[in-house]
Amino acid sequence: MNESELVSVLTRLSSATGVAGFEDQAVEIAAGYFQSYGCTVKRDRFGNLLALKAGTAKKGRIVSLALVAHIDEIGAMVTKVEGGGFLRFTAIGGLDARTLPGQAVLIHGRKILKGVIGAKPPHLLTDQERKKTVPIDKLFIDVGLSYEDLNNIVSVGDIISFEQNPLLLSNRKYISGKALDNRAGVAALIFCAAELADRKHEANIFFIASLQEEVGLRGATTAAFGLNPDLAVAVDVTHGDGPGLENNFSYKLGAGPALATGPNFDVDLFSKLKNAAADNYLPCQIEPIPGRSGTDAWAFQVTREGIPTGLLSIPLRYMHSTVELINIDDLAVCGKILSFYARSVNYTHGKRS
Amino acid sequence: MKIKETLAELSNLRGVSGAEAEVSSYLADRLEEGRFEVRVDSIGNLLVRKGRKKGKKLMLSAHMDEVGLMIMDFEKNGLLRFRAVGGIDSRILVAKRLRVGIHALPGVIGSKPIHLQKKGEQDKPFREDSLYIDCGFKNHEEAAGYLKVGEYATFDVKCAAISKNAFRGKAFDNRAGCLVLLSLLLEKNSLSFDAAFTVQEEVGTRGAQIAAYTMEPDRALVVESTAAADTPETEQELSSTILGQGPAISLMDSTVMVDRQMRNELTVAAEKAGIIYQYRRFTGAGTDGGAIAYSRSGVKTAVLSVPCRYIHSPHSVLYESDLKSTIDLVRSWLDTQQ
Amino acid sequence: MEKILKTLTELYGPSGEEETVREKILELVGKRADSTFTDQLGNLFVLFRGNAPKILISAHMDEIGIIVTNIDENGFLRLAPLGGLSPSILTGQRLRFKSGLIGLVYHEKINDLKELTWPKLYLDIGQKSRSEAEKVVAIGDLACFDQPFVSVPGSRFLAKAMDNRAGCAVLVETISGLKRPLPQEVCFVFSVQEELGLRGAKTAAFGYEPDYGLAVDVTRVGDTPKADNMAVSLGLGPAIKVKDSSVITHPLIRRFMVDQAKNLNIDYQLEVLERGGTDAGAIHLSRAGVPSGALSIPCRYVHTPSEMVDSADLENAVNLLSGLLRVPWPAVTEGHL
Repeated sequence: MNESELVSVLTRLSSATGVAGFEDQAVEIAAGYFQSYGCTVKRDRFGNLLALKAGTAKKGRIVSLALVAHIDEIGAMVTKVEGGGFLRFTAIGGLDARTLPGQAVLIHGRKILKGVIGAKPPHLLTDQERKKTVPIDKLFIDVGLSYEDLNNIVSVGDIISFEQNPLLLSNRKYISGKALDNRAGVAALIFCAAELADRKHEANIFFIASLQEEVGLRGATTAAFGLNPDLAVAVDVTHGDGPGLENNFSYKLGAGPALATGPNFDVDLFSKLKNAAADNYLPCQIEPIPGRSGTDAWAFQVTREGIPTGLLSIPLRYMHSTVELINIDDLAVCGKILSFYARSVNYTHGKRS
Repeated sequence: MKIKETLAELSNLRGVSGAEAEVSSYLADRLEEGRFEVRVDSIGNLLVRKGRKKGKKLMLSAHMDEVGLMIMDFEKNGLLRFRAVGGIDSRILVAKRLRVGIHALPGVIGSKPIHLQKKGEQDKPFREDSLYIDCGFKNHEEAAGYLKVGEYATFDVKCAAISKNAFRGKAFDNRAGCLVLLSLLLEKNSLSFDAAFTVQEEVGTRGAQIAAYTMEPDRALVVESTAAADTPETEQELSSTILGQGPAISLMDSTVMVDRQMRNELTVAAEKAGIIYQYRRFTGAGTDGGAIAYSRSGVKTAVLSVPCRYIHSPHSVLYESDLKSTIDLVRSWLDTQQ
Repeated sequence: MEKILKTLTELYGPSGEEETVREKILELVGKRADSTFTDQLGNLFVLFRGNAPKILISAHMDEIGIIVTNIDENGFLRLAPLGGLSPSILTGQRLRFKSGLIGLVYHEKINDLKELTWPKLYLDIGQKSRSEAEKVVAIGDLACFDQPFVSVPGSRFLAKAMDNRAGCAVLVETISGLKRPLPQEVCFVFSVQEELGLRGAKTAAFGYEPDYGLAVDVTRVGDTPKADNMAVSLGLGPAIKVKDSSVITHPLIRRFMVDQAKNLNIDYQLEVLERGGTDAGAIHLSRAGVPSGALSIPCRYVHTPSEMVDSADLENAVNLLSGLLRVPWPAVTEGHL
């Protein structure tokens, strides 16, 4: 897969709707790519997408490796259709109320409506109001319809997504858009599948696009139990260095994915991934995580009798906003590290060896 | 088993959540002397079976890990940035000695001298992100030559007897529990049970979740160390437990509602053996109990703790008498279950 | 219905000590089932055998309450909460122990309502000393609110523990009216420790291995003065849950429930609950995943001594649940794309 193809994969994925619990559109796009690279695809009872690139090991048991990236995105849900033709809503996943006023949204009712999250004009604000963030339960969506018309199309529980197509910045490397957390991870998996398409590997490689990560690692919890792989690597995003993060830990855009170390991650798998990068001259940063990683890796590690788990993260700025920003090179490098590692996995690896 | 020596050895071992190998190999060595077959699972739990498999499957569990620090980054001037692993009150960190990384390099956490402070500066406690570990490295490069990010630091503390009955040391939470299990495994008795020395309790009871799923017990007893605030500036009714009043039986904690039948069995076993016990008069904070109790289709689970002052700090204090009576109570309860 | 609801809500059953409720429910429905059994934690299963798929219908039996953590020398008790309970709601309330003993909750002297925290609360059982108190109560004893069931003029009921004896009552009524043969196997579970974090439902689902799950529980409403922007009202029908903090209802299950309600001409509401969870949260994450939904009974003043429901909502909940069990459930198979 060349760079422009990768940009096009990410663009399609980012533009698709896939708010947690309602990921079908994004899943179908991802499924198409995995199929085109020789994977057998299916969805499990929870709805997670499982794409299998079969291994070629002949003797003994075939080791299975799960590469998992969540495909859901944050968004909102209608809680009330109000008189005057306005909608009230609640967050699905972690929304920063400060980023919401003035956003264009899509309401997925009987048909898709365009709307905007309204805000009081600055002229009418008091000094007191200016100093405070408007909380989500005081915000509303305006779709320009009467209450009666709106009520015919929209009902409580309908999904709201952000309307934002990705933007390639002028250096042709940086892409900004919504849902790059974690369509960037899914794109990296698709890149990995493309790398493996015409290559043989002993292990069964399961690419998993997991659902409902943003509301509590739910898809990963059931996928891990159902599949029970020997090894798992989660692919997600981590904080890219940017303004306001001086007292936090962040990772450089364009310097390769961040490989996580800490209690959540298997020590042996960590060094194998590190070597897969180093042996192939691929850049990779190290991300120490002292506790809960907040990623699908957290769910996989303690499933059943335990699954050795790793995590590769793509540095991303402005997480959980409509202007998330990544460097496309990091996706390709991440996909390559995964493909080199996947090809090295054989019957000697994994928890049952 | 020599309790004093074993407690000191266990306390001095370094085993922050996620890096418990030193503790688990110590225990494995001791258990191999006792001719036990031990198994280490995928996450690092040490699993042992004692006696024959017959009747109820009893599981004793104690976590091996301790709270500590993780090295996150190196500054240009060679100082180390860190974050806590597990729950540490960042106010206790300043002016402490540490052992840093896999080679246990000496280091300290320092602060601005009192002479240079502005008025009122002392009233504000230090935040974790304003503190640094100093190992004496000249610069970033020298630090990176000795250490990798992601390595752990522990308190540099040696266990000591401070009175006839009292010990001072780090990581009594939960090497005290490990000691109780080890003692019951190594002593001469005809008891049958499975023991799990678990990892990563302090970062979310991770190991116990796997151990319980693997072992599928009928009943589980978690042996822990719990906070005793029987000290000045805490009102009596908030002390939770008191040193010297024996093992503390939990009512509930944030992870588990203790099975009432097992709670009664423990009090009966204590009274039968003439052991003084107390209740843990606090319902917050978590243990491996929840991960075990709600495993698979449910496991009757109780939690028994050695009371311990100043847990999660460099120096905690416990009484040998409480340790011994905890061992006695667990033995007495196991007897009733055979 | 009113009689069953009165019986069930007045029973003692804080999280962890649900046996009184369990025994009563067993007495009410046990004979109708193919088998009944309990598990290690005390969940009660009421099984109606049938062909696949297997459906698990859950209503939790436990209610919020307190646990005694200390007894002082003057005979006052200290307490800690079981479930989401606010100190300000507890102050001035009578609590009842399993033995029938009654006590009153009050607080130490405070200067500001903000100081009203759990350590400030105590329970006065009218005893003069620790030794007197220890004759009637022990550390670790549980207690719940002491409030009688009230039927107000009109269609509404007030009681403690509507959360979730209302759900239990809906299950009991549904079981009583169940007509055989059923198109698929149904297991009703009266679960424990929901208020402590959906704990009973977690082990129940693991043990029973259902193909589908449905929780029946109460939900909050937005129809009181200056309430949240929540579009659920008392009396407008049971609510079909779309989302809460613990679960997003499987779209197929939600559609199936809505279609059945429309077919049967039963008023229903759609529910998006911003804070709070239900047993479906635990069931849908069991093993490799169990498509699940929830049927909610609108309820005012949830987690207070007097929770209010509307009898029409209860009856419609029974009608809808019974209707759902008369028809085959939609296929959620692996492999669909």
